Amino acid sequence: MTEEQQSLAPANPKMTARDVKVFYGPKEAIKGVSIDVAMDNVTAFIGPSGCGKSTFLRTLNRMNDTVASARVEGTITLDGEDIYAPSMDVVQLRARVGMVFQKPNPFPKSIYENIAYGPRIHGLAASKADMDVIVEKSLRRAGLWEEVKDRLQDSGTALSGGQQQRLCIGRAIAVEPEVILMDEPCSALDPIATAKIEELIHELRGRYAIVIVTHNMQQAARVSQRTAFFHLGDLVEYGVTSDIFTNPRQERTKDYITGRYG
Amino acid sequence: MAEHTIKAFDDEMDRLRGLIAEMGGRAEAAIESAMLALQRHDRNLAAQVVADDRKIDAIEAEVEKLAIEIIALRAPMANDLRDVIAALKIVSVVERIGDYAKNIAKRVPSIATNSRTMEPISLLPSMGQVASEMVHDALNAFSARDAELALAVIDRDTVVDDFYNSVFRTLVTFMVENPKTISECAHLLFIAKNIERIGDHATNVAEMVYYAATGQTLPDRDPSTTPATED
Ligand SMILES: Nc1ncnc2c1ncn2[C@@H]1O[C@H](COP(=O)(O)OP(=O)(O)O)[C@@H](O)[C@H]1O
Ligand SMILES: [Mg+2]
Repeated sequence: MTEEQQSLAPANPKMTARDVKVFYGPKEAIKGVSIDVAMDNVTAFIGPSGCGKSTFLRTLNRMNDTVASARVEGTITLDGEDIYAPSMDVVQLRARVGMVFQKPNPFPKSIYENIAYGPRIHGLAASKADMDVIVEKSLRRAGLWEEVKDRLQDSGTALSGGQQQRLCIGRAIAVEPEVILMDEPCSALDPIATAKIEELIHELRGRYAIVIVTHNMQQAARVSQRTAFFHLGDLVEYGVTSDIFTNPRQERTKDYITGRYG
Repeated sequence: MAEHTIKAFDDEMDRLRGLIAEMGGRAEAAIESAMLALQRHDRNLAAQVVADDRKIDAIEAEVEKLAIEIIALRAPMANDLRDVIAALKIVSVVERIGDYAKNIAKRVPSIATNSRTMEPISLLPSMGQVASEMVHDALNAFSARDAELALAVIDRDTVVDDFYNSVFRTLVTFMVENPKTISECAHLLFIAKNIERIGDHATNVAEMVYYAATGQTLPDRDPSTTPATED
């Protein structure tokens, strides 16, 4: 990071990236990005389509490992520990760094099972009673409990789009993650469902480090405390959200957020 | 600066700037006419200044409406947002400037012809000239997003303040020596005070322009150079 970027970086980062590059075959999709993500912040990644937001987000829990052509360079740490070290257990990592996708993708199982699945494979519940507690707590944190408590055995796919997305957030929460990554979590939702997710993000802040990719700048402005602007694989500017939206330092950031991007 | 992807947004911002330029031009003309009416003791011109003030108020209302529309429909960001907010604040200040010019014009009938020979009367037009140029330059700085020009306006505030102090001393001396002129001198004193306030308001506009253009607020100026004000 440059000196200026360093000075804008949050103190006590939960995750750090240093000179991260991602290649798809010969194509360099991320060109040396360094950034710190803080525990008590919602961090938003913004930028035009194809600039590498999703690619970079997926490096934070090694989701790119599943893409055969993808190769990641550089260093990424979680609590100071290199997540690409050979000793890192990837299944464990993805529980600690959970992910919510653009399109809600509940399992075609009951609401209860959608939440219980993760804790079960991670051995977090010793009994049915334990599991009931985890399911209720997760659904409450996801802001869905009141709406589904009387129909936990209904299929998760029978819920509305906004409810499905909150179920997916509940599913990520159930395995007690430290970081939650969200890739355009509201882009398939109507404005009311979007507002509920944004309110939920607000409530989850502080308990989890949250990183959200959004193509909706108003959303970034509403939900995040820090904003990173990506362009053509570069991190152009990273700073306090209110500064980015009232007084960006870089011409490219300004052109993008004021709607002058050609 | 590059154009917005949405062309109508550019048109609306241009219209906002155009309205503010027009409002500034009218405020400037009001100050000049009020001073001229005072010098020539021209009651008709003074009445015209009072009547024209309604047009300044109307532009303020139009800018407010347009700015609210832009905020609601375009969600402006960064420099655009700073410009729209500055426009909103600037019009309310220019509206006050218009009121000061109107107040000066309203006093014209009360100031008898013989006092035109008084020394303060000879100082007031030049004082008014500096203040109206400050208004002119502050609004030009907004149209041109010219931070340097805004700074130059701010620097000139002390000239108006010095004028005021000088007019004040002259008038007080004159009143002591010619007690019969006290009522007229009081009017002149208020006029000088109004011009001094116009200078302060032009300075405020320039500070807003500086922020809109640069995103930086100016460091506080030394308040000891500014005369005490009640309003
Ligand atoms: N699986 C993939 N294989 C090859 N290229 C990819 C793959 N995923 C993304 N890319 C390319 O990498 C760049 C960044 O894409 P992405 O991270 O999806 O951007 P964003 O999320 O900002 O829209 C784009 O040029 C995209 O075409
Ligand atoms: Mg994406």
